[in-house]
Amino acid sequence: MHAQALPLDGPVVEAAANAAVASQPPAIAPAVPPGGEPAAHRRPPNRERNRRIALTLLLPLLTFLAVLAGWSALQKTVAPELPTPAATWTHATSVLADPFYENGPNDMGIGWQLLYSLGRVGAGFGLAALVGIPLGFLMGMSVNVQRAFSPLIQILRPVSPLAWLPIGLLVFKAVDPSAIFVIFITCIWPMILNTAAGVKAIPQDYMNVAAVLKLGKFELARRILFPATLPYVVTGMRLSLGVAWMVIVAAEMLTGGIGIGFWVWDEWNNLNVPSIILAIAIIGLVGIALDLVMGLAQSRLDYTKR
Amino acid sequence: MNAYLDLQKIGIVFPTARGPFRALQDINLQVAQGEFISLIGHSGCGKSTVLNIVAGLLDATEGYALLKGKEVKGPGPDRAVVFQNHSLLPWLTVYENVQLAVDKVMPGKNRAERRDWVMHNLRLVHMDHAADKRPGEISGGMKQRVGIARALAMQPDVLLMDEPFGALDALTRAHLQDSVMEIQAELGNTVMMITHDVDEAVLLSDRIVMMTNGPAATIGAILGVDLPRPRDRLALAHDPAYHALRSQVLDFLYNRQARPREAA
Repeated sequence: MHAQALPLDGPVVEAAANAAVASQPPAIAPAVPPGGEPAAHRRPPNRERNRRIALTLLLPLLTFLAVLAGWSALQKTVAPELPTPAATWTHATSVLADPFYENGPNDMGIGWQLLYSLGRVGAGFGLAALVGIPLGFLMGMSVNVQRAFSPLIQILRPVSPLAWLPIGLLVFKAVDPSAIFVIFITCIWPMILNTAAGVKAIPQDYMNVAAVLKLGKFELARRILFPATLPYVVTGMRLSLGVAWMVIVAAEMLTGGIGIGFWVWDEWNNLNVPSIILAIAIIGLVGIALDLVMGLAQSRLDYTKR
Repeated sequence: MNAYLDLQKIGIVFPTARGPFRALQDINLQVAQGEFISLIGHSGCGKSTVLNIVAGLLDATEGYALLKGKEVKGPGPDRAVVFQNHSLLPWLTVYENVQLAVDKVMPGKNRAERRDWVMHNLRLVHMDHAADKRPGEISGGMKQRVGIARALAMQPDVLLMDEPFGALDALTRAHLQDSVMEIQAELGNTVMMITHDVDEAVLLSDRIVMMTNGPAATIGAILGVDLPRPRDRLALAHDPAYHALRSQVLDFLYNRQARPREAA
């Protein structure tokens, strides 16, 4: 879960490309005899583009149709207890028709379930950013802070965040803070490690510039360290948010109460399988939406992606 | 003798896994104000190390560097460096890269004066048209021009250039060399430049400092270049005095300090 993406690949490649352009002496115009053959072999660019768009729409559609066909076949042969795609669709439209109904605390619409889950993820994610990013900076800047924390992090990082849930329940004696605590644990390791990696990856050249300009500690952090590290920080946040959205479902299955994970488990107890299939689709779509938001943040904040 | 920049018996030893490594030994050099000095030598001879010691980015093990009679301690904007790979900050525009230096060096000036000074220095290197571009959007030669503008904007006592044109193609390099000559004629900067290009050294320099091969590299010979200024590269191509100087540098590099095998 700690894939150290290297966002700096982009500019390196770009710089190499620029250098390649710069190192080419200005080309002399190719000596085409007047009335010579133009580039007649090229396809008209519009047709090429339309074809590409059609394929990017058509091929995934085929995949989805194949999945539906496979599901139908399974349902008809070996797994008759599965609902049919048609029955699931009918059920889904009725569930989605009123996502924000409230029949007491134990029976709320799927919209509420999602919002509660998102709220917990947001809180845990935010707290992890508040703690993890500064700690990552310290670890990147000071070898001794790195020495002090690295072994602890290395031991805790591979642990499933759900293993912390009992500790959370014990300490907080409530469901909400415990789930938030689990998300905090989920998010904090990628944030610390990516931030630290980002600080360490700052080219010596930038530090030399800072040295020649005699930037103070605060200016160094504000003008050089922070902007140079930002792409790594955002990558860490994007990774951790993706994992957090996976973990919250499992955590809520265990804690109960309200939330999309709890809803899945509750519907299972009611043997309401169409709801579970619907939940899988919705969790996936929300996951994509979260990743899109982070991707947008990345393209806005990351100088290497502009 | 009271030189403007005075290197006295500078030596440096680096600790390595295989014991101490002596890179430089007994470097003595006096540079006058307004002089253009080139350091030339084979790669690995420690010429960049000399520059880094003057810049204050490295501490000499022995000896010291005096600038205007004061010992150099640590880096500072009075010894601005033009780095080989431009070292512009990619998240700042061309203007902001120069502004960072100007804000730091001229905190007493008001906003409008600092803005004028940034633009003045960008105009000097013919980059004012790209003030709002980011480094990723301009060519390698343009980046190096901005790097030079940033260094000039600090109004340094000595301008240090570490193979400033090494990464550029021949034509771009020629343009930048001409720009540097123009600027130096106008501002009278004291310049210390590292190069491995013989033509560049002869064209730009008042004196060429030729370094022996490491380890324990030192100054092998110093060649005065008394070609009149302004110098024109096309006219010099037919000038016997230019060719004589060029042969002397080549003779030093390829006969007296034959290229070490591993650097080939």
